[in-house]
Amino acid sequence: MNMLWESIRSALESVRAHGFRSLLTSLGIIIGVTSVIAVVSIVQGLSYTVNAQFAGLGGNSLTVRSYTPFKQQLQGNLAKLRDSDMEAIASRIDGISHITPILYTQSGTQGIISYRSQSSFTRVVGIGSSYLEVNSVYPEQGRFFSRDDDVRRRLVCAVGVDVIENLKMPEQAVGEFFRVGNEWCKIVGIMEKRGELLGFSQDDYVLLPYGTAKRIMGSQRDLDIQIQLLVDDMNRQDEVRERIRRVLRQEHGLKSGQPDDFKVQTAEQLTESFNTVINTITAVSAGIVGISLLVGGIGIMNIMLVSVTERTREIGILKALGATRQDILLQFLIEALVLCMIGGLVGVAIGYGLGALVSNLLPGFPEAHVPLWAVTLSFGFCAAVGVIFGIVPAAKAAQLDPIDALRYE
Amino acid sequence: MPGKKPSTVIEFSDVYRTYTMGDQVLNALDGVSLEIQRNEYVAVVGASGSGKSTMMNIIGCLDRATRGDYRLNGTHVGQMNEAELARARNREIGFVFQSFNLLARASALKNVMQPLVYRGIPKHERVKRASEALDRVGLGDRLDSRPNQLSGGQRQRVAISRALVGKPAILLADEPTGNLDSVTSREIMALIDQVHEQGQTIIMVTHEPDIAAHCNRVIRLEDGKIESDVRQNRRVNG
Repeated sequence: MNMLWESIRSALESVRAHGFRSLLTSLGIIIGVTSVIAVVSIVQGLSYTVNAQFAGLGGNSLTVRSYTPFKQQLQGNLAKLRDSDMEAIASRIDGISHITPILYTQSGTQGIISYRSQSSFTRVVGIGSSYLEVNSVYPEQGRFFSRDDDVRRRLVCAVGVDVIENLKMPEQAVGEFFRVGNEWCKIVGIMEKRGELLGFSQDDYVLLPYGTAKRIMGSQRDLDIQIQLLVDDMNRQDEVRERIRRVLRQEHGLKSGQPDDFKVQTAEQLTESFNTVINTITAVSAGIVGISLLVGGIGIMNIMLVSVTERTREIGILKALGATRQDILLQFLIEALVLCMIGGLVGVAIGYGLGALVSNLLPGFPEAHVPLWAVTLSFGFCAAVGVIFGIVPAAKAAQLDPIDALRYE
Repeated sequence: MPGKKPSTVIEFSDVYRTYTMGDQVLNALDGVSLEIQRNEYVAVVGASGSGKSTMMNIIGCLDRATRGDYRLNGTHVGQMNEAELARARNREIGFVFQSFNLLARASALKNVMQPLVYRGIPKHERVKRASEALDRVGLGDRLDSRPNQLSGGQRQRVAISRALVGKPAILLADEPTGNLDSVTSREIMALIDQVHEQGQTIIMVTHEPDIAAHCNRVIRLEDGKIESDVRQNRRVNG
């Protein structure tokens, strides 16, 4: 133990004594670790933010949407979800605490909004009053609409903060009227700010009561809606999902053998495909980094071999003073290890800085996030590289014959 | 080591050291037998190639005899493994070299502390013993100096105090004044004489008769054999 500590101390001294060379030696490792940490911090920042967004949906929410295979789409047979489907789900299945229809505007003109001389384009969504609970979003100013607004199809709406900004409305916009498509709507609530995701604003939308939305889109008879619902008990999620499937198949008159013309997705499934992409990027960058660490390790081995030759006489002296082979082996091995670890440390710092810089420079990019596993893994890898590539020079040093070493000029 | 130290420190019986180069077989040591007692002050002299260095390397446990028996403080060195040889070098031998062989990057203090590292002595104790050892050779005020900041004589003093800091059985000096001018040589020899007077066993390789005159025994080697082994009265203050 004492010997180990002595070796670390002497390794640090030796690294410091050759400061510039040590820096150049570790450069390969520094670059390798820098790139892994930078890439991982950006990618993980992205995934962290996206997952946080989806977390708003809640783990126990389900989304039902219509699904038409591509071939069918070409033939013009579009599957649809209707109000009757939602009613069937709501009335025939237990264990659902909240359920809401979601109706997206389906033609361009309905997305045009205007206030005085300003006009803008936005996402107009018709929703039921349970939307709040299902998505855990709440109004910051004013109120959300009531059942009454929905039933009476009142022209009221709740908006994201960007709508206020884009239309240059006064800050206290609750109570203001503006045009949505061809109708005048009154703002009754302003929703909490959600920020940006991948450069896209999450606050540019108009929420209408479902009834009102249908009224505005009245020209289209056969609307296709999505249904979002919350399951009471997380453990019964699969059961509820299966029952929804059965009810909808029945409603749509599907015979056994016919595929579903809808999809029931959990919040997890929504994030899954995104995470697959993230994981692929992470794995590819890890591979690249593996190669660069390998190259860095070879660089360290090279310099350590030179250093052993250069310090042959010193090794001879130490052996004459009573150093055993193990003492010398340990000293050079730890020196390689220290070089790698310093490289790793510097790499993590620069990589994190670079990640933070990139995410700050790119507008709308989420904040860099370095997970502990990436740091631990990088250090572990550096240590492994140090041991693997340090052992050959260290063994060479340990095997030196003290007489030859002392005679070495 | 046995509890009671025998008075015979070194015992060579019919020691050979053979080098084979191709078909040529060279006996650097050709059947050497000798005994050196505690507190002897021995000079090993001879022409270059006579086997002096080989003998010093074997005595210093840097090398092993090809044949024959070498006992250091009663222990058979021939049967030691690498680690035991290192341990013997650390505890029983103090080396002083012609070219000083100090650790260039380390201060005088660190140089003297180094042998104690391999004994597992804690740092504060190492600092204490090493600074005392440097103080004894008159370098108590140069603890932090690096070798390149010291004169040749001062470097050899550091080397001597490094050799003695672990209280070895033998001080093994290889041409200790070979790289020094005559004034400094006299100073260093005075120091080594003083170390001997304090009870230290000293073996010294030299080719200078002046230096050999300080010793009370002169062993002359020729072609790997002992040509003469003479006891003499030491010349004091030479």
